[in-house]
Amino acid sequence: MSEFSVIGRRLPKVNSWAHLTGQARYADDLFLPRMLFGRVLRSTRPHARIRRVDTSRALAHPGVVAVVTGADMPEKMGIMPSTQDETALAVDRVRYVGEPVAAVAALDEDTAFDALSLIQVDYEDLEPIFTIEEALAREDLKIHDEAKRANVFKEVHLSFGDLEGGFAAADHVRDDWFFFEGNTHAPIESHSAVASYGADDKLTLWTATQVPHYLHRELEKVLGLPRSRIRVIATPNGGAFGGKSDPFGHEFAAALLSMRTRRPVKITLDREEVFYAHRGRHPVKMRIRTGVKNDGEITAVHYQSWLDGGAYASYGIATTYYTGALLTVTYRIPAYKFDGVRVYTNKPPCGPKRGHGTTQPRYGFECQIDKIAEDLDLDPLEYRKRILQPANSRTINDLRITSMGLGECLDALQRSTRYSERRGQLGRGRGIGLAGSAYISGAGLPIYWNEMPHSGAEIRIDRGGGVTVMCGTSEIGQGSDNMLASVAAEALGIMPADVHVVSGDTSLAPVDLGSYSSRVTFMAGNAVRDAAMKLRALLVAAAAERLEVPADRLLSAYGRIYDRDDPAKFIAFADAAVIAESKHGTLVAAGSYKPPKGIGGSFKGAGVGPTPAYSYQAAVAEVTVDLDTGVVTVDKVTTAHDCGRALNPANVEGQVEGSAYMGYGEIIGEEQVFRGGLHKKPSLLDYKIPTSLDTPVLEAIVVETVDAEGPYGAKEAGEGPLNPVIPAIANAVYNAIGVRFDETPITAEKVLNALGKRDRRGEQKTRIGPDGLDTGKADPKRALRRLTASTDARERKRPAN
Amino acid sequence: MTKQLLTLRVNGEARTIAADPHHTLLEVLREELGLTGTKHGCELGECGACTVLVDGVPVLACLTLPALVGDADVTTVEGLATESLHPLQIAFAEEGAAQCGYCTPGMLMTAKALLDTTARPTRAQIASAISGNLCRCTGYTAIYEAIEKAAGRA
Repeated sequence: MSEFSVIGRRLPKVNSWAHLTGQARYADDLFLPRMLFGRVLRSTRPHARIRRVDTSRALAHPGVVAVVTGADMPEKMGIMPSTQDETALAVDRVRYVGEPVAAVAALDEDTAFDALSLIQVDYEDLEPIFTIEEALAREDLKIHDEAKRANVFKEVHLSFGDLEGGFAAADHVRDDWFFFEGNTHAPIESHSAVASYGADDKLTLWTATQVPHYLHRELEKVLGLPRSRIRVIATPNGGAFGGKSDPFGHEFAAALLSMRTRRPVKITLDREEVFYAHRGRHPVKMRIRTGVKNDGEITAVHYQSWLDGGAYASYGIATTYYTGALLTVTYRIPAYKFDGVRVYTNKPPCGPKRGHGTTQPRYGFECQIDKIAEDLDLDPLEYRKRILQPANSRTINDLRITSMGLGECLDALQRSTRYSERRGQLGRGRGIGLAGSAYISGAGLPIYWNEMPHSGAEIRIDRGGGVTVMCGTSEIGQGSDNMLASVAAEALGIMPADVHVVSGDTSLAPVDLGSYSSRVTFMAGNAVRDAAMKLRALLVAAAAERLEVPADRLLSAYGRIYDRDDPAKFIAFADAAVIAESKHGTLVAAGSYKPPKGIGGSFKGAGVGPTPAYSYQAAVAEVTVDLDTGVVTVDKVTTAHDCGRALNPANVEGQVEGSAYMGYGEIIGEEQVFRGGLHKKPSLLDYKIPTSLDTPVLEAIVVETVDAEGPYGAKEAGEGPLNPVIPAIANAVYNAIGVRFDETPITAEKVLNALGKRDRRGEQKTRIGPDGLDTGKADPKRALRRLTASTDARERKRPAN
Repeated sequence: MTKQLLTLRVNGEARTIAADPHHTLLEVLREELGLTGTKHGCELGECGACTVLVDGVPVLACLTLPALVGDADVTTVEGLATESLHPLQIAFAEEGAAQCGYCTPGMLMTAKALLDTTARPTRAQIASAISGNLCRCTGYTAIYEAIEKAAGRA
């Protein structure tokens, strides 16, 4: 029998029933008395100065109640305090098509939408920049005047160990270029916010956000309203994946429109706007040089990345560091150099998408490991096992490793898929591929410097034995509410279904930094456990007195506190609560969690990469490539994931399968791409996310290493499992047709090109991918000319008002 | 624009409302009838989140004008549970088939229509039936398992 009554069981999530009956209230489901409906006017230009915004015609339109523009909120904002380069609505310059410029509140949504076309924006077009190479080269043209060199947003150089010595000692050096195309989160729920500013001069904002606490801080800064008068409530997010973890223009616009009108205001983005809000996966060019001995032992790695950041900072500093930080935690690397550059371009800002900044380098590195294995005639699975970074160690870039289950993941995959035996035997057109990976269980540092806990929780027990858990986490579908209930229930000896959860509310719940960087299970889980154990001690002491049994002999489960040696001797949880409250007063306890010191280095840049525990995972992909059409069918993806301990195996499997699904979409076709600054695919018909008919068979294998510091041993499960799927599929395609795809996505067109079948003159290729940074062929002025012509043509077609 | 009076049969109840004639069934359900369980993901017929049943057949409420529904029976997720939860709802909870829950109402309605016509669908039949309902969270595996489980219990 398990030592637990809740942990490890496949219990339904506590919030399932609301989701399954239509009772869950997402932001757009809120309708308040006297509520106005808002819409956002967005830039039609990729790069332009705003000469004038004339809102008079819109304001005069019947049904319009208020209009706000950038000039009303000129304060800079952004998720990272050190790189705030954005305003809620554009003030004097727009930097991408789709950037918010103004917002209207009206009696109904149709009127608000109509009024947008009555706002006259006088733009003076500026030359746009669309590529990494142009951004690096154009000293004369700056998207942000503050950039020191050309359009470089951030440049980092870190070096650890003896790199030159490492390469000198190598028997074999591989030098490969890769390109990872940008893509986006595409949650099914579009962003939505409802603001209500009352006669008490207090603002409440219900919004689909992953980061209510950080948003709270930014609202104070931009609106000039003390934080004590602002309440942010993160509504259940209908999917987020990193795409709702920035403060967004529409949230400030709804708030300001509500302050101006003293009526509730709702702004819900439409699907096209969600593609402009973006903050998704950065396009990244990479060069990876790796030295190895003849037996495969790595002697040195030099990793370089160039990130296309889009128009604003978002999490860009962290993203830049993340491209280099975590390559060292999977395999032993004795010497390591990382150079990273993130540039501004005139496209929607990139930010964190599931796997934040680690997905692109992991793809490149695991493809390269596959090549090294082939060069040295090693089995890729056995090879990876031989060079594993050990548990309880430190990496060359000073990251602390505790539990480390990558070896167990590889063993589990071999047992399940017989990868090593099948690799060479599938015949042309069919292939099998493997990759490993790691991820953080929460960032070691918060986004703004402070010494306070990363997560706080409060638990209250009422006189009927009811338990309420309050924690600032945001439920984004990952199951955080259920995690809070489960950890509290296990500690207190009740069932999760008996727990009320209040989450994501800055007034009712202590701060949790938010649902990003896969931090919630580890950090909020520890905070809740801390609070619950304090209350448990009071209840057990009460029970010990009543039952006349020593407290250390008492256990609690299923709503009873009982004698371990004589379970018939028990007291009901609710009765223990009454005794404890009689003795101690109201039963409330707070708990908190902060990562331990010493989990990372002390050099500049050491703040990104450390975590209290790394998750590990590996994936095997099986593919069939149609040699006539070029279509790659992924038949199956098996992912083994070390989550420390599965608090709820059904939920862990769901995260692992969902990650595999999303990774599959990224490698097989999803791309956020532009033509002259215009998004080529701003709809779900054009930006194809996999349907049930596309999606491979997905198998999840849970590996448990029981982390010493995790809540009941748990680590993250929501992001890491995406990472190995992408290189595993690329390696499987190589296994099938002998073509290395050193760029994503692997489309049918690219496969046909590689097979020499795209046209009659086609030559067969063994590799598709970049050979370096592009030089000199772009003519940005031509792009601007074409864009202006097409925009003008569109404007002329618009009906006159 | 002049609002028009309209009577719809929704979840077994006749409801009369005044709505702009160009407003979709989705807008009328959510905004006039307060049935916000039916979700909108794109309002262009791309995602399936707004799926409801009209006389038992799944339709996209975002592409349907209420005037064309006439006196047909409209069933939304709020009408799925009658005296007790529908077997699909229980199976979805047990299998973890709803993560963020946003595609779930549409997915449930599509699954109900499938089970009403095909008592024991194969996995290929399920995949085909739900191929117009995008789910961004689950990878569909848990949804298949839940629909199969519900079919086994019906």
